[in-house]
Amino acid sequence: MTSTETRNVGKIGDSPLRPDGTLKVTGEFAYSSDLWHDDMCWGVTLRSPHPHARIHSIDVSAALATPGVYAVLTHADVPGLNRVGLEHLDQPALAEDVVRYQGEPVALVAADHPETARRAAKRIVVDYEELPALTDPRRALDDDAPLVQPGGNLVRELAIRRGDPAPTAPVVVALDFEVGMQDQAFLGPESGLAVPDGEGGLDLYVATQWLHVDQQQVCRVLDLPPDRARLHLAGVGGAFGGREDLSMHVHACLLAMHTGKPVKMSYSREESFFGHVHRHPAWLRYEFGATEGGRLIYAKADILFDGGAYASSTTAVVGNGGTLGLGPYDIPSVHVDARGVYTNNPPCGAMRGFGCVQAAFAHEALMDELAERVGVDPVEIRALNGMREGDRNITGQLIDSAAPVAELIRTVRDLPLPPPPDDRPDIRDLPGGASNTTHGEGVVRGIGYAVTYKNVGFSEGFDDYSTARVRLEIVGGEPVATVHTAAAEVGQGLITVEQQICRTELGVDRVVVHPKNTMVGSGGSTSASRQTYVTGGAVKAACEAVRESVLALSARRLGVSGLRLDGDKIVSASGEVLAVLAEVLADEAVEETVEWHHRPTYPVDPETGQGDAHVQYAFSAHRAVVDVDVELGLVKVVALDTAQDVGRAINPDAVVGQIQGGSAQGMGLALMEEIVVTDGKVRNPSFTDYLIPTILDMPPMQVKVLEYADPHAPYGVRGVGEPPTISSGPAVAAAIRAATGKALRRVPVRPEHITL
Amino acid sequence: MRIELTVNGERREADDVWEGESLLYALRERLGLPGSKNACEQGECGSCTVYMDGVPVCSCLVAAGQAQGREVTTVEGLAGDDGLDPVQQAFVECGAVQCGFCTPGFLVSTHDLLARNPSPSDPEIREALAGNLCRCTGYEKILDAVRAAASAGAQS
Repeated sequence: MTSTETRNVGKIGDSPLRPDGTLKVTGEFAYSSDLWHDDMCWGVTLRSPHPHARIHSIDVSAALATPGVYAVLTHADVPGLNRVGLEHLDQPALAEDVVRYQGEPVALVAADHPETARRAAKRIVVDYEELPALTDPRRALDDDAPLVQPGGNLVRELAIRRGDPAPTAPVVVALDFEVGMQDQAFLGPESGLAVPDGEGGLDLYVATQWLHVDQQQVCRVLDLPPDRARLHLAGVGGAFGGREDLSMHVHACLLAMHTGKPVKMSYSREESFFGHVHRHPAWLRYEFGATEGGRLIYAKADILFDGGAYASSTTAVVGNGGTLGLGPYDIPSVHVDARGVYTNNPPCGAMRGFGCVQAAFAHEALMDELAERVGVDPVEIRALNGMREGDRNITGQLIDSAAPVAELIRTVRDLPLPPPPDDRPDIRDLPGGASNTTHGEGVVRGIGYAVTYKNVGFSEGFDDYSTARVRLEIVGGEPVATVHTAAAEVGQGLITVEQQICRTELGVDRVVVHPKNTMVGSGGSTSASRQTYVTGGAVKAACEAVRESVLALSARRLGVSGLRLDGDKIVSASGEVLAVLAEVLADEAVEETVEWHHRPTYPVDPETGQGDAHVQYAFSAHRAVVDVDVELGLVKVVALDTAQDVGRAINPDAVVGQIQGGSAQGMGLALMEEIVVTDGKVRNPSFTDYLIPTILDMPPMQVKVLEYADPHAPYGVRGVGEPPTISSGPAVAAAIRAATGKALRRVPVRPEHITL
Repeated sequence: MRIELTVNGERREADDVWEGESLLYALRERLGLPGSKNACEQGECGSCTVYMDGVPVCSCLVAAGQAQGREVTTVEGLAGDDGLDPVQQAFVECGAVQCGFCTPGFLVSTHDLLARNPSPSDPEIREALAGNLCRCTGYEKILDAVRAAASAGAQS
């Protein structure tokens, strides 16, 4: 079958084009910041300038008196419970008596023009008394540390103990590592439109990762039953974890309910840096004990995550950092302590890779150190210690599907290398590029490797499910399936996958993806690399239910049992075509809704951290090739190649797109991406000062996709989105170490780390 | 103030424009053309790129008043009566679109590149698109799309 034919067919395993592609290239796709409504007004947020302060009073009178202003709201105007939070309800929707980070929302303004609203917001007088701020997470648990939250500064502590409690080894290596704060930097700003329905309820059109959890939070703050606050997914301009928490959702709804008018909010890039959580910075201390041959005997890790002022998903990030923090290795004895703490720094939560990214920098750096100490090469030490199917990981969970660590790392090693630096014809390919800082002098090449594994889906006993409604009917003489889920399409291509599954299961060509909203059951979060698995599973199950119903209907109409569906034909047990779908369905639509749960996970033991915490693991490996100008500390990544086991590629082109994009984000953290926070204040909230990789920074990326089906997952799929973000950065860091001989125990690696 | 300009070949006007508004804001909020995007509104990301008098500009950095009497082409104006521009078609077919928020800017920048240089080398493509940020793709499939559009242009 040629690729053209497979594109037209569009079943699983093909790579049909995304159904929203044309709208996105013509400018017609409606992102959340594009929405518009007759008579709408604009909302803006007043935020705290202080990392920690007491609020004595808020005077809104001058703001309210501004012509064009419809409303100015504070916490006193919140009708319901003034608390939000993904895992802990610890954050006020609008600050009450205390602000705990720079950027915390304090008041809201609605006006007829965004500039009117911004100017009015500046006229709000907040009487702050600054309080001592806790900005060093390493001091958070000290007795004399300022208290950020009333219950203490510890969000979660997780201990993992396995094997020999006092192990010894002939070879011991150790390191301390530090990872800076990364931003998701999705391009579509936080935005949306809240429209009152005139009957005491409203509709919110918003960019998010999980409509139903947003709906719960909106309803709690607005004191509305779920049927009065309907959420609709507007076009999402990327997410990467940064849209798991609320941003403007509740605020726009408060303003809309108060004014009775539709309210649009759209953050500037600067506000966006304050409007969502970031990746946790981390401080990691690791020790490996091994045989003379490099086989691990034990591993110890102490991991500290800075959660910032509110918990967000810190609890789960600590869970991942702890349970997965030693990487995809078989280790007999283990001693891990992971903690997440409150500080007065910006709140941190979900970002692609979720707790594993930080740990991978440490365990991979230490693995290279071990390799060098015992004289084994970096690829073979990983193959030697890599997990295999049938092993138990550090929480004692059986790895009951493919764990091809050795194959992945050897596969990336064997991919073609880029040409050597001397053959380079173009200055734009050298470190410093068109800045003309070198013509090759002082440039040293290095190669680095890394592997990772990441849990797929929600863990530690969370009942993780998705809901799908599939309808089959005849339209214009042709069978058409409509698939309705609330699972957020954020750019990854879930809508394409939903269509492919319907085509595969029902044999139809035409599949309509219903707009995503809360009028169907929860799809769960678009995070944890879980939607193809979980919502894919739900759509598959709903299609199967539809198929059963169609066959039951056919059996009744035809008076025959033992039927099956073959394309649009109803076929008897003997293979005879008895009818076509159009005849059987006629004017009737068959519709089924299925809530689909993945197999259960369990909490870990509170003392030992042992348990079956995760539903599935996904493995990847990277090889980075860098050229470093060792005199100036400039790095050019020349190649960033990867191999990943995806179980089964439902849409191979989209899989490669996910892997390449994820690799770029990991490389960004290794080289350039850091929110610089000084004394609790963000110093670089802009794309001028917070750098993400451009097309000049990114190298060509070879992607080798392995497909070892997971027998426990629908179609054998394995989550795809996150592993590349985890293993790419450590490979880049390793390559720079190889080129420079520097230890490089902090990322992002800055020029001064290389030259000084 | 009132502004009058030509957008995608049509004479357009807008009243009550505040002097501080950008061309981007006027296009998106006053002229019903939200295709140009507002990812940074400070000239760093290129998502708002439009042609003004045939030159690609960040419309967030152009005051709406500066566009008085000028000719502006946005992403909405790239497709012809006979369908998508080859650059648009290539972006769809090569998987260069994920979330798509950067796409309108990349399309205008690529359209301009290929008009100037119908067969760009990879370093030339990278240099020409260095002012457009994408967070989803890692740029590989965007490069594929630009090469494909160049190749389609060479054949037509």
